[in-house]
Amino acid sequence: MFNFHYRLERNAIGFVIAIIVVASIGGFIEIAPLFTIDETVEKAPDMRVYTPLEVAGRNIYIREGCYACHSQMIRTLRDEVERYGPYSLAVESKYDHPMLWGSKRTGPDLARVGGKYSNDWMTAHLNNPRDVVPESNMPAYRWLLRNQLKTDDLGEHLAALRAVGVPYTDEMIANAPKDAIGQANPDTDLAAGVTERYGDKTDVSLFDGNQGAVTEMDAVVAYLQVLGHLTDAAHTTPQNEVE
Amino acid sequence: MFVGERDPFTGHQTTGHEWNGIKELNTPVPRPVYFFLITMGVFALAWTLLMPSWPYGSGYFKGLLGVDQKQAVAKSIEEATTGRAHWMTRIEEEDLLQIQSDTDLMHIVREDGRTLFGDNCAACHGANAKGNKGYPNIAQAPMLWGDDPQTVLQTVTVGINGTDPNTRVSQMLAFGRDGMLTKDQVSQLAGFVVSLSDPTTVTDNNKEDMAKGKDLFATNCVACHGNDAKGIVESGAPNLTDNHWTYGGGRGDIYQTIYSGRQGHMPSWGKRLTPAQIKIITLYLLDLRKQAVGPVTGGAS
Repeated sequence: MFNFHYRLERNAIGFVIAIIVVASIGGFIEIAPLFTIDETVEKAPDMRVYTPLEVAGRNIYIREGCYACHSQMIRTLRDEVERYGPYSLAVESKYDHPMLWGSKRTGPDLARVGGKYSNDWMTAHLNNPRDVVPESNMPAYRWLLRNQLKTDDLGEHLAALRAVGVPYTDEMIANAPKDAIGQANPDTDLAAGVTERYGDKTDVSLFDGNQGAVTEMDAVVAYLQVLGHLTDAAHTTPQNEVE
Repeated sequence: MFVGERDPFTGHQTTGHEWNGIKELNTPVPRPVYFFLITMGVFALAWTLLMPSWPYGSGYFKGLLGVDQKQAVAKSIEEATTGRAHWMTRIEEEDLLQIQSDTDLMHIVREDGRTLFGDNCAACHGANAKGNKGYPNIAQAPMLWGDDPQTVLQTVTVGINGTDPNTRVSQMLAFGRDGMLTKDQVSQLAGFVVSLSDPTTVTDNNKEDMAKGKDLFATNCVACHGNDAKGIVESGAPNLTDNHWTYGGGRGDIYQTIYSGRQGHMPSWGKRLTPAQIKIITLYLLDLRKQAVGPVTGGAS
């Protein structure tokens, strides 16, 4: 078996070609599944994009390392489906760049946490988890309520996401900072633009309970409240039928 | 193999390379390596045949075993549903009072309800249902919207200030912030509200303020909380004469409540849980309330 190799080693060009062939097998194996992406990713015509405030919240979620303890991926296992709801579909993280599926669960899965608890609870819990759940071992993120949200560069974040395939319009990008403020301030002129651009289902609320200044808490709570609500695909695709 | 020199000590051939008299041995690859190499190759080939694997133009090879995780989970959920069916169908069909009078069924409700309550309700109301500041004690305090079984079921289903179209709606107005009362008036009113559950706070020194507070209460509060301040269940307004406080019963807390208002939010669980699960949670909670009679400890009181 190794005689062939002895001969190959002594032929420089042949050996280089052989290396390229072998290495490209590995490459092909990694790339090939992408050819079936149309079949893997479900169709979700009702899929909406993250609003600027939610994008900001998502960035803070990444900054604070939430993904280290919380997954956003309900696996195809009975106990997970019964506890968290329908298993996660590929299309649900279509606009996630990068995806935040995670793999470790010190805390619960968050893929469908949106709407499960009130904004007040989310704010109190992030500010100090033990105020509402005495036995919690989650760290307190008190600075979220103190830090004002940086909104001026949100248009650029949206533009970057558009570059990788998220369908933001020019209008959305131009109005990103205003929309971020509007989503956290209902009953203001800015709020109307948010539902106009992002749809009626957009949650426009006082996320951190305070009108006026938009804090990082507003952004994180807005993001958490939309988790699992970008599309209804997982609820409308029949999951409980054995084919 | 054309380099034919043999090493006299080991008997192996050399590669023909030599560095200052040291020659490189051409030791053959150990036999177990061949064994594992071939075994792994065979295994890998077999595995790609059995499992979903090779992609082709418009799809992928589904594998000879027909393994499909989505179908597997659907099947195991179906099995679980069948396994639970003998009591789940009874919970679905029978009415609340009927279930409450059945000891065996209530045993199951306690078990299953504990899990459901822990995952869905405990975050706000606490694992023992005794609440927290901002989240009512539902184990011991009178329920804001009524504690009749059917009413509790309805509250859990539609939520309070939730997203369901039929959700229960209530709001404590921000009398101070919105300028309906001055800060002094809010303070007098807060003092009076404290005295409703604790008459010892009325002294000779504050009699006047108390009287003013009482007047303010009559003009501003009775519409929701009732003439006797004992609350009106239909509008979700709490009884102010007992010792149960959702947002704290200290004078400072009450001042804060009157000044900036309150509007609690309970999710509409009908959108997240099945009707049977909501029934179980309701029954579990009512059962908990029966057992939790006694002095109020912990919580927001």
